[in-house]
Amino acid sequence: MPPTVPHRPRPAIRRAIITIPFAAALLIAARLNSGPIRSGADATHPGFVLQDATAQAGIRFVHHRPSFDPRIAGIEPHVAGLGAAVSVADFDGDGKPDLYFTDSRFGYPNALYHNKGDGTFEEVAASAGVADLNKPGEGVSMGAVWGDIDNDGREDLLVYRYGYLSLFKNVDGHKFVDITEQAGLHRWVNSNGAIWLDYDRDGLLDLYVTAYFRPIDLWHLETTRIMHNSFEYADNGGKNLLFHNLGGGKFEDVTDRMGVGSTRWTLAAASADFNGDGWPDIYLANDYGPEELYLNDHGRAFKLTTAGLEAESKSGMAVALGDAFNRGKLDAFVTNISERGYIFQNNNLRLNEMTTGQRRFRNVAEGQVADAGWAWGAQFGDFNNDGANELFVANGFISADSSKSYWYAMSKIAGANGALFEDAASWPAFGNASLSGYERSRVYLNRGVAGWVDVAQKVGANDLYDGRAVALADLANNGAVDVIVANQNQPAVLYRDIPDSNNHWIGLQLVGTRSNRSAIGAEVLLEAPGLTQRRVIDGGSGFASQNDRRLHFGLGTREWVDRLVISWPSGEKQIVTRPPIDRIVTITEPARLTP
Amino acid sequence: MTTDAKPAVTARPGALARAWQASRAIDPRYLIAGLITLVLFVAQFRYHMVGGYERLLLSLAVCTATEAVLSWFDRGKVVNLQSAYISGISLTLLTKPQGAALWPFIIGGFLAISSKYVVRYRDNHLWNPTNFAISALLLLAPDKVSVLSHQFGNDLVTNLVIWFFGLIIATRVGVVHVTLTYLASFLLLTGVRAAALGQPLLPEIAPITGPMYQLFLFFMITDPRTIVRGKKKQIVVTVIIAVVDSLIRLMSDMGVPMPTAFNAAPPLLALAIVGPIAKYFDLRYGNRPPPAAPQAATAAAA
Repeated sequence: MPPTVPHRPRPAIRRAIITIPFAAALLIAARLNSGPIRSGADATHPGFVLQDATAQAGIRFVHHRPSFDPRIAGIEPHVAGLGAAVSVADFDGDGKPDLYFTDSRFGYPNALYHNKGDGTFEEVAASAGVADLNKPGEGVSMGAVWGDIDNDGREDLLVYRYGYLSLFKNVDGHKFVDITEQAGLHRWVNSNGAIWLDYDRDGLLDLYVTAYFRPIDLWHLETTRIMHNSFEYADNGGKNLLFHNLGGGKFEDVTDRMGVGSTRWTLAAASADFNGDGWPDIYLANDYGPEELYLNDHGRAFKLTTAGLEAESKSGMAVALGDAFNRGKLDAFVTNISERGYIFQNNNLRLNEMTTGQRRFRNVAEGQVADAGWAWGAQFGDFNNDGANELFVANGFISADSSKSYWYAMSKIAGANGALFEDAASWPAFGNASLSGYERSRVYLNRGVAGWVDVAQKVGANDLYDGRAVALADLANNGAVDVIVANQNQPAVLYRDIPDSNNHWIGLQLVGTRSNRSAIGAEVLLEAPGLTQRRVIDGGSGFASQNDRRLHFGLGTREWVDRLVISWPSGEKQIVTRPPIDRIVTITEPARLTP
Repeated sequence: MTTDAKPAVTARPGALARAWQASRAIDPRYLIAGLITLVLFVAQFRYHMVGGYERLLLSLAVCTATEAVLSWFDRGKVVNLQSAYISGISLTLLTKPQGAALWPFIIGGFLAISSKYVVRYRDNHLWNPTNFAISALLLLAPDKVSVLSHQFGNDLVTNLVIWFFGLIIATRVGVVHVTLTYLASFLLLTGVRAAALGQPLLPEIAPITGPMYQLFLFFMITDPRTIVRGKKKQIVVTVIIAVVDSLIRLMSDMGVPMPTAFNAAPPLLALAIVGPIAKYFDLRYGNRPPPAAPQAATAAAA
C-alpha cells in the first residue's frame, strides 16, 4: 500500500491564501498610523481650564534670541535656540510669587514682574537692578534661579548666561546688588541651567551650574569646531560646576573634589533625595547623550551611578520631578525629541525604584506621554486638584518658514562621524527653515493606571509658540496651579488655572531654620485618606525654570489631611498632623534642640 | 645515478591567508549571519541601539515563525531560517517606533518574510525582505515608525570595524563589487549634487557612515536572492539605484513635496523601487539561471 501523501493546495492557491494575511498586515499598518496614539485614559471632564491671561495680567515680555560670531551664522537658529527662561520667587516677601524672565540679545533687558495681588503684574527689573544683563563682553542671559544664599529671609538671584555668571544679593526686597566678584563666581560658563541645593546639609545653599558649550566666547570664535562630537554620546561639552557656599557670601569651586564635572552637554538638572538616604542627589538631562544620576555620598562626594539610565541615549532637554502615580516617590520626567517619520526618541517617564532592590529608574513612558514633539520644559502639577499630578510640556524648536523643514538636512549631519558633526561649518545652512516648529504644548491628564491623555486643546493651552521654560505657581494664592511659559524669540504666556471647585487643596510654605531658609530640598510626604504623595521644593527644575516655592497638593474630595511628613534638608524629620486645608499653611522647621 | 632529491620548500601561508582559506569551507550564509550578529553586538553593547530586548525577541520570533510556517505551507518543508534571522535583526536595528509600540516589529517581521512568498515572479521573490518591510512601514505608517533615531555613536572607529568585516565578508560571498560600486557611485553623485547646489560636500557624504547605509550596503543591496544575475548587470543596476537615491536627495534638497519616507530613508526607497523592477526584467528577459553556484545560490541576506 503506497504511503499517504498529504494533500496540499496548488501553488497559486497557496499563494492566494498567504496573500490574505499579507494584505491584512499592510492595511493594519496603515490603520494604526492614521489613528491617534492609543490611550485608555478618559479625556472627558479634565476638571480644569487653562485660561490665557497674559495680556490681562500685564505681562508683555517678549524674548529675543542672540546673534553670535558670523562664522556660525549658517546654524545660528540652532545655536541661538535657547535662552527663554522663567523662574518664580516672592522677592519682596509680600506673600505673592513674582516672575523673572530672561532675554538673550545684547541690549534687551530681563524682566522682573512684581505680583500686585490683583491679578496683574508690574515690571520692576530696572529699578531692582536686574534688567541690564545682556551686554557684549559679559554674555546673554539663559536663565535664573532664586535662593536665599545667606538665610536673611530674602531671595537672592543667580543669573546664568552664555557668558559670566551673575549673583545678585537681595538687599531689601526691592533692590539687588551684584556680588558675583566677591562671591568668587565670576566664571564664564555657557550655561543653560543651574540649581540650588544644600549638598552637605550645612544650612547654606550651594550652587550647581550646568554647562552646554565649552567656555568659549561665542561672539569671537577661534574655531568652528564647537558642536557636539556625537548625536548620541556627546561628551565634549562644557564642564558642569559645583560651588560650595562657604558662608559670608562666598563660594568655592568643589567640582572636581565632589566628582560632578560632567561634560555631557547638560541642559537641565534637578535635585532630590532619590535613594532615601537623607542626602540630596543630582539628576541630569543631557543633550545628545544619556541621562546621569549622581548619588550623594553623605556630602563627601557624588558618585555617578547607572540606575538604568545608560540603557538609552537620547536628547534630554528637561527634567521634572514629581510623584507620577502617588507612590510616595519622586519620579523623573525627561523630555526628548520626536518628529514624525524621522526620529522617535520618546520622552522618558522614569519611576523611581532607587529605594527598592532594583536601585534604578524604570522608564514607563508609552503612548501619548512618550511623544510630545520636540519637547522642552515640563513640570508636574495637579491642575484639577484631584490628588494626581498632571504634566505640562512645552514643545517646538524653531518656527520659521513653515513650508521648509530642516529635518532632512538634520538627518544628513546627524549620521556623520564625530569630527564632522562637531564642526559647525560642516552643518547644512539653516536658511529660513523650521525645525519642529509650530508645535503646541501638551497637557497630560493623569488617569492613574489608565494612563496619560493629552487634553491641552480641551483645556485651552493652544498656543504654537516655541516653548522653552515652564514654571508653575499659585499666583493668586487661591489653590490653583498657574502655568508660566517662556517662549523662544516669542512672547511669554501665562495660563491661569481654573480647577474644579469641588476639590480641596493645601499649599505649604516651608521656612527653614537649621536648613536653608528657602527650604530648598525639603520633601513633604502628604498622607490623606487614600492618598499618598511626595513633593520637593526645587532650587530649579524642568528646563531653565524654577517653580513656586510653596508646595501645592490637590486633595480631591478629601476633607482632611492625616499628616505631613516633612524631611528638611538638615536631616530633621517633622510630622504635622491634621493641618488645615484649602489654604496656604506656613510651617517653620523646628529649631535646633539644645542638649 | 643518483639524484639529490631535496624536499620541496613551500612557504607557510600567513594567518590571514589561512583564515581566508578556512572561510572557504564555511557556508556564506553563516558569514552573513555572523556579520549581522557582529553589528548587533556592537550596536547594543556599545550604543544600546536595540531599545529593549523585547523588540529583538519579537522580531526574531515573528520572522522565524513566519518563515517556518509559510515555507512548510508553500513548499512542504521548513527551510533554513538564517534569512529570517538576518531579517529579524535588521528590522530591530532599523525600526524605531513611537513610544513603546511593539506592533511595528510584529507587522514588519511578518511583512518581510511573507513578501517572499507573495510577491514572486518565476519562483523568485523580487524584494529584499527587510527592505520591503521597512519601506512599507515608512510609507504606510510614517507617524508611528522612523529609522533614524540611533546612530553608531558617530564613532569613526566603530564604522571602520563594521566596514572592515563587511567588506571581507562581501568579498568572500562574491558581492563586494556591488558594495564598492554603490559606494563609488554615491560619492561621485553626491559630489556632483553638492557642486550643482553649491552645498558643502562633507555633510552630503556623511550619511554613508551611518547604520542605515551599512545595513543597506551589506545586507540589502547585496542580497544574492534578489540581486540580478551577472556581474555587469549587477553593477549597472547598482549604479541605477545610486542614481535614484541621488535623485530623491536632490528633490529633498529642492524641497519637492514627497512622503517623509523618501526624505528620511532615500537609499531604502531607491532599492525598493529599482530592485524589483530590475529583478523582474532579469527573470523575464535574462537567461535561465545556470545551475546554482552553491555559495551564491544559498547565501541569504536580510
